[in-house]
Amino acid sequence: MATMRYLQAVRLAMTEEMERDPNVFLCGEEVGQYQGTYRVTEGLLQKFGAQRVVDTPISEIGIAGLATGAAMAGLRPVAEFMTWSFALEAMDQLVNHAAKITYMSGGRIHCPVVFRGPAGVGTQLSAQHSQSLESWYAHTPGFKVVLPYTPSDARGLLKSAIRDDSPVIFMEHAGLYGTSGEVEDDPNFTIPFGQAAIRRAGKHCTLVSYSRGVQLCMRAADRLAEEGVECEVIDLRTLVPLDIDTVAASVSRTHHAVVVQEEWKNVSMGSEIAARIYENAFDELDAPVERVAGADVPMPYAKNLERAAIPTDIDVAAAVKRTLA
Amino acid sequence: MARTAAKQPENNEVGSIAPADLIKSYRLMLLIRRFEESVYQKFHENKIGGYLHRYDGQEALAAGIISQLHLPGDMILCTYRDHAHALACGTPARAVMAELMGRATGCAGGKGGSMHLIDPERGFMGGDGIVGGPVPVALGVGFALKYRNTSNVCVCYFGDGAMNQGGVHEAMNMVGLYKLPVLFILENNQFAMGTSVQRSTGQPDFVLKANAHGIQGEKADGMSLFSVHDAAERALHHIRTTGEAYFLEMDCYRFVGHGIGDDNTKGWTTYRSEEDIEQWRKRDPIHSLKDYLIERNLLSAQKFEEIDQEVQEEVKDSISFAESSPEPPLDSLYDHLYS
Repeated sequence: MATMRYLQAVRLAMTEEMERDPNVFLCGEEVGQYQGTYRVTEGLLQKFGAQRVVDTPISEIGIAGLATGAAMAGLRPVAEFMTWSFALEAMDQLVNHAAKITYMSGGRIHCPVVFRGPAGVGTQLSAQHSQSLESWYAHTPGFKVVLPYTPSDARGLLKSAIRDDSPVIFMEHAGLYGTSGEVEDDPNFTIPFGQAAIRRAGKHCTLVSYSRGVQLCMRAADRLAEEGVECEVIDLRTLVPLDIDTVAASVSRTHHAVVVQEEWKNVSMGSEIAARIYENAFDELDAPVERVAGADVPMPYAKNLERAAIPTDIDVAAAVKRTLA
Repeated sequence: MARTAAKQPENNEVGSIAPADLIKSYRLMLLIRRFEESVYQKFHENKIGGYLHRYDGQEALAAGIISQLHLPGDMILCTYRDHAHALACGTPARAVMAELMGRATGCAGGKGGSMHLIDPERGFMGGDGIVGGPVPVALGVGFALKYRNTSNVCVCYFGDGAMNQGGVHEAMNMVGLYKLPVLFILENNQFAMGTSVQRSTGQPDFVLKANAHGIQGEKADGMSLFSVHDAAERALHHIRTTGEAYFLEMDCYRFVGHGIGDDNTKGWTTYRSEEDIEQWRKRDPIHSLKDYLIERNLLSAQKFEEIDQEVQEEVKDSISFAESSPEPPLDSLYDHLYS
């Protein structure tokens, strides 16, 4: 086991897969010569050359089309969006092309493409750069949607994404890039999609989240443990496919559930997860499912307003207490 | 950047097409025309659903270019006026008709329909329901062809309306930047649905727009098989020898409405006159090719009759095949969502 930061784990996954398969290449804004906006792709141009680490103009539709078409023609592109906010430019290529071509062709065309980049909220980036839109992609049939929390997951899930024959939306969290964790030595270590991880066992309440939301849950669980409340924390890892079995099994032990997300609350992943809990474990619940989410406003700039718009571990702990009351 | 004005074939005597190939192209163009006419009829019998975009008048563009490609190997993309491109790639009329009728035997198993015909084994990477949609995809296909060091070409067809979409210019810029083997075929049929070129762009010189992205190009007469063939031959030679893209603006005209919506009730009369259509119909690419073949004694009256019969038989056969084919099984609803 080696200890490394989340962003290094993302880089390691790309490096290993590019070494393994010559059909894998990277493209995106500033991925090469600039060494990556967040330094995620640092050194890859030097290692693999300009044919496989392709700097693009600021043209998100072009990037998405480049990756989609190359995948349809047999390559395995990894396309980086500088942030997921900029992917909004490319929605037609993503939703109307990458996600649908396999189905529309009756399975005659495959589209093994990964779209990746940083997502998440915070650091006073304000409305157009600070938002979480994972539910848009989870809503669209044809995508697999992956949001890793730990460095080990970032690497293991990205390797699975690159090897997958379907289009994968891979959302890293910019606020997790600097976090450290242990990463397995095996260069073939992968994590299959659709298997949630139980990050902490507990018997009183189930906390369900993904990406940086898991961090809030872990901190809330620490706080609550001091008061004798034991929370079980589930990290979904992939939103599509969604491992509802692990969630339902946990709820059947704890009889209480809180769903935590940074994205807006209205018509969101949390809405879906809560609905699935009701569908799969209604009789096991002793109280309604609680939801902790971002405020339904464009992200404000002012520090105090931003803080009020982003959920905290204190919000999570309060929700647990409400559901247990 | 090389820019040439529309080139009229000199006395229709290009000479670069062998007689046997001319006859093949004539047969294909006639097949496309008869196929579209039958599809229109079947649409009104409620055997075909969705939208319907006919290719009548533009047949030379599918026949004159795709006949010169190396299939499989080269790859073709186009928009939703795509029945002709599938037939030109060699997709059996049966598989096309069955797709239009939503049958399991269709080229996309009934999942795609009129706008999403596809046949990758024959190089046809699909129709696309979005006006500028295939152009960014062509960037990626062209990238893959170059990445694998092939000498193949990606041919991307699209209409004049697409030239006003942002993604088209992002993609053309990147094709020019990366020097990719893409042949852009602008099927300028003068109208984006009901909006004429004059009413939709501040710069109607489309070749100039390609030049702005570092791509050479020229304008050609899209109503003449000879002109289309000749321009495509030059373009393909340029791409295969330099590895760089080429852009062809093909002047053409669709004889029917944009889609079923303005065809049925002559809705097209709101944006163009019957006189205009009559003028363009005089340049019908099938008729002029037939006249050429007669003048040169390349085909006897009896042979014409035989081809006509064959083509009608092929279309009829495709209809009975499609009508007798099963619908996709209901339990296939979730198949092919993922690979």
